[in-house]
Amino acid sequence: MGKVFAVVLTLITLVSIAFFAMHTWWLPPDISTTGKAVDRQLDETLIGTGILFLAGQLMLGCFAWTASDKNRAKKIKPFPGGAAPLVTAAIILVGIEIFTLTFVGSKTWGAIYLTAAAPDSLRIDVQAEQFAFYFRYPGSDGKFGGVHPEKIDDGSGNYFGLDPASDVAARDDIVAASLVVPVNRPVSLALHSKDVGHSFYVRELRVQQDFVPGLDIPLHFTATQIGKYEIVCTQLCGLGHYNMKAYLEVMKEEDYEQWLKTQSGQ
Amino acid sequence: MHDVSSKRIAHLHTAPTTFIRKYVFSLDHKVIGKQYYGLALVAVFVGMVLSWLLRIHLAYPGWHIPFLSKLSAAGAPDGVMTPEYYLSLLTMHGTLMVFFVLTNAPFAAFGNYFLPIQIGAEDMAFPRFNMMSFWTTFLAFVVMMASFFVADGPPISGWTAYAPLSAVGGDAGPGLALGQDLWAISIAIFCIGSLLGALNFIATTLDLRTKGMSLARMPYSTWAWFVTSVIALLAFAVLLPACILLILDRVAGTSFFIPGGLILSDKLQPHSGGSPLLWQHLFWFFGHPEVYIAILPSIGIIATILPVFTRKPLLGPRAFIGSMVAIGFLSYMVWGHHMFVSGMNPFSANLFSVPTLVITIPATILTLLLTASIYGGKMRFDTPALFCLGFISVFISGGISGFYLAQPSLDTYLHATYFVVAHFHFVMAVASLFGVFAGTYFWFPKMFGRMMNETLGKWHFWLTFLGVYCVFMPMHYLGLVGNVRRYSAFVDDYLAPLIPVHKFITIAALLTGAAQLIFFGNLIWSRFRGPIAPENPWEATSLEWTTTSPPPFDNFGGNHPVVKNGPNEYGVGGTDGNDYVMQNAAPKSA
Amino acid sequence: MGIQIQEAIHSGQTPGPPSLGAGAGRSTGMAEFRPERSETGVWIGIFAIVMSFAAFTSAMIVRQGASPDWRHFELPRLLYVNTLNLLASSVTLGLGRKQLTSVAGLLASATERAQQSYSEGMNWMYCTLALGALFIVGQVLAWRTLATQGLFLSTNPSSSFFYVFTAMHAAHLLGGIGGLAYMIRKLSKADRTGQTTGMRALCVYWHFMDGLWIYLFVLLMART
Repeated sequence: MGKVFAVVLTLITLVSIAFFAMHTWWLPPDISTTGKAVDRQLDETLIGTGILFLAGQLMLGCFAWTASDKNRAKKIKPFPGGAAPLVTAAIILVGIEIFTLTFVGSKTWGAIYLTAAAPDSLRIDVQAEQFAFYFRYPGSDGKFGGVHPEKIDDGSGNYFGLDPASDVAARDDIVAASLVVPVNRPVSLALHSKDVGHSFYVRELRVQQDFVPGLDIPLHFTATQIGKYEIVCTQLCGLGHYNMKAYLEVMKEEDYEQWLKTQSGQ
Repeated sequence: MHDVSSKRIAHLHTAPTTFIRKYVFSLDHKVIGKQYYGLALVAVFVGMVLSWLLRIHLAYPGWHIPFLSKLSAAGAPDGVMTPEYYLSLLTMHGTLMVFFVLTNAPFAAFGNYFLPIQIGAEDMAFPRFNMMSFWTTFLAFVVMMASFFVADGPPISGWTAYAPLSAVGGDAGPGLALGQDLWAISIAIFCIGSLLGALNFIATTLDLRTKGMSLARMPYSTWAWFVTSVIALLAFAVLLPACILLILDRVAGTSFFIPGGLILSDKLQPHSGGSPLLWQHLFWFFGHPEVYIAILPSIGIIATILPVFTRKPLLGPRAFIGSMVAIGFLSYMVWGHHMFVSGMNPFSANLFSVPTLVITIPATILTLLLTASIYGGKMRFDTPALFCLGFISVFISGGISGFYLAQPSLDTYLHATYFVVAHFHFVMAVASLFGVFAGTYFWFPKMFGRMMNETLGKWHFWLTFLGVYCVFMPMHYLGLVGNVRRYSAFVDDYLAPLIPVHKFITIAALLTGAAQLIFFGNLIWSRFRGPIAPENPWEATSLEWTTTSPPPFDNFGGNHPVVKNGPNEYGVGGTDGNDYVMQNAAPKSA
Repeated sequence: MGIQIQEAIHSGQTPGPPSLGAGAGRSTGMAEFRPERSETGVWIGIFAIVMSFAAFTSAMIVRQGASPDWRHFELPRLLYVNTLNLLASSVTLGLGRKQLTSVAGLLASATERAQQSYSEGMNWMYCTLALGALFIVGQVLAWRTLATQGLFLSTNPSSSFFYVFTAMHAAHLLGGIGGLAYMIRKLSKADRTGQTTGMRALCVYWHFMDGLWIYLFVLLMART
């Protein structure tokens, strides 16, 4: 039975690793300036943990194979060296792995979440609600109008609760259901929620950020490839959670300007 | 006045005579242990059926399941789950499994039954508290199950019940009115039951060890229950205040977790100033230690059982115990790794990431010691041994995926995807449960005086071992694609190509679930028709094997064992049948 | 807590290896000190209670910082009186314990001194019970005072935490009062054969409730 276990375990291990190695189901191509570092971190982790996984499972299988009790008179054998070398190896090897990953990883993390947005970023206000995302551009005056929750009226399209009648800055704010940005331009988002917790996730950008009711949370990125990408909600927000999404449309600069003109014309 | 000169110490409570006292409101830790196990069995069965329903809905959304419309006409009209009902069942699946199965079975059930016996005591330190702790937990279960039967059904906020979704009440969605109230009350009651239980375990381990049973000579399972109790004492002591504050926000108009200006169901909510992140901090400060409460007892059980079947001592006893204690200690420093992208200060992500990665060191040591303990052994591949081997394998698999999630820079992609689901199912649902299975096959003879069927046991093992890999390994791949979790349907563009994978997982889950019926059947059959078990069928050394199967009312028939050895005197010279020394027997001369 | 102390009294003895006599280890000073089981239990319970109040404290600190809506208010004067009551009750409990444990095991004897110590001890116990009850009543009155000022549970986060902290403390103190009442009942048995096992546990718990209140009082004074 030990031999059977070893064989089965080896098969499971190899098949599992194969799917990882072949990238059968994999991340989409990265389209951000900070994503490459994430992918590199992932690759390093895959290699390191892949070795640990393979070694661990094979060692288990190997010992199970050799340890059956068929020979009644067999004496037990102590593990060579005892526990000390194993414990030391674990501490040192895992410790080194941890140290490396943390050191490199904190830089990757910092590039996304701990650096300030570029001063000339395109600022966009994002509101999440049950069950949609809305995006607001400041318009030609470059200023956002104030939001008033009690003025929110989805029926008339006043998702943000703007008051253009008395608030000058709100008059030229552009509200859209898609996040449209020019390629290679730094974008700075301000995330806020109308009701419960939500989250902003674009796989291709390699970023994810929760919306916390009561807070205005910054998130910045620069998209490097033109295309249409899905923004999906990843924080359980109610029955429509599975269906809560929007599109990130990355356009050429001219197309983006054109789009803005069309939006403000409305 | 009691006769202080008598060697025999009168039992804390007299032997019960009535049916109620013997089997219902019993003070006997063995009965209470079995009651916890029974409760866990019911909970795991319900939880498993829920998982089947969820998986069927994900892979075959159009299927009509008549039973569902009977359970809830509103939740599943015509037998097809609504999106909200999916989330209700999801919430209950997680809640039942984490609380009523994984905190109950390896810890409360086996711990209650075997902790006193393994340390040579006649019962727990506080038998009446013990009885109370079970019935409190039972009450919590009843309240939790009641949420199935209220108008809007169970809550839809997940077992994590994040505020403000869980705190504002019915305006946020179905199930979030009475269903959420029942959930919060149930969990609060559960906290009290767990606190009482943990208190008992700690006091018993400290005060009631028999002569010669030093801490160093305690079996690994006892050590695990002890460390787990300390963790549980402090963790549930934080969850209870969190639940109280949540309940107050829901019913008393306070604003601990709810900020101002929220519009739900077109209504401006009458709260202001609260902090949703506060709930997350409080919850995860409990929640992370909770998962170690779920796994540590199983680790201890495996470490107790493995040497019995390899016929050699566990390698590195001190390092092993030290690692368990280290994990317990570190478990309190890592809760923020559930909150890397939550909106908390991103700098704290670095602070939480370090201890999270460091905790992999004692975990690796434990795994290495367990694996290396097999080397050179004379392994007997009975069912408990197979589950020990299986445990090591799935613990490696589950632990490895933790490496990814511990790094904030990777969590930014993997958070809230199926990668996380894969990780926690491997370590909790599979590894921890393998510990319960191993413990069941191992200790069943002692508890019921009969052996379980070996053939059925082996079938159960192989089908389950293959099955869990088929169910949970593919979830890693789904996570790498970015498949978001807690979705009741896969409508996004990028998810369409993944449906075949989900179908594969669903079929594997149904088959693996069916294999568990072999286990249930084996339990019931063996309870009444299994072959009679001898006192020590496995030739094991710890104190429970020195007494009858099942043990008498006061565990040792009035004679307190005196301990002379540690629990791992295996392979000590002599051939089969004579290669071990019981803990209370004279040590063999070298 | 009450039940646990009852448990220990009920069993009437200290558990342990057969070599130590029941209850004898401590008072005669022989052999190593072994805490009574109920005392171990109380310390563990205290550990958990401290953790709970730490959780509430951090919740308060976070909440206060999360939003500028915290409105300070003055604590009712009555709280000072209540505090003194509770402190006094700890003193009386200590005195009662001293008297009663000095004659433990000798209660059945009819010596004049023993009887005197016993009745004095019991009087101190009754005193403690009264002071404890007085504290609870005083807390309720303090709540009434706040209510007349329009400060209720949901009025403001500061008042919310005030009510939560004081209610949680009172609830735990009621447990202690229950244990005290049970101890008194056991010791008032007509045949005077009650043991004082569990007395140490009760005292530890009561003093802890006292100390916890001081901590909460200072916390509320500083932050409310």
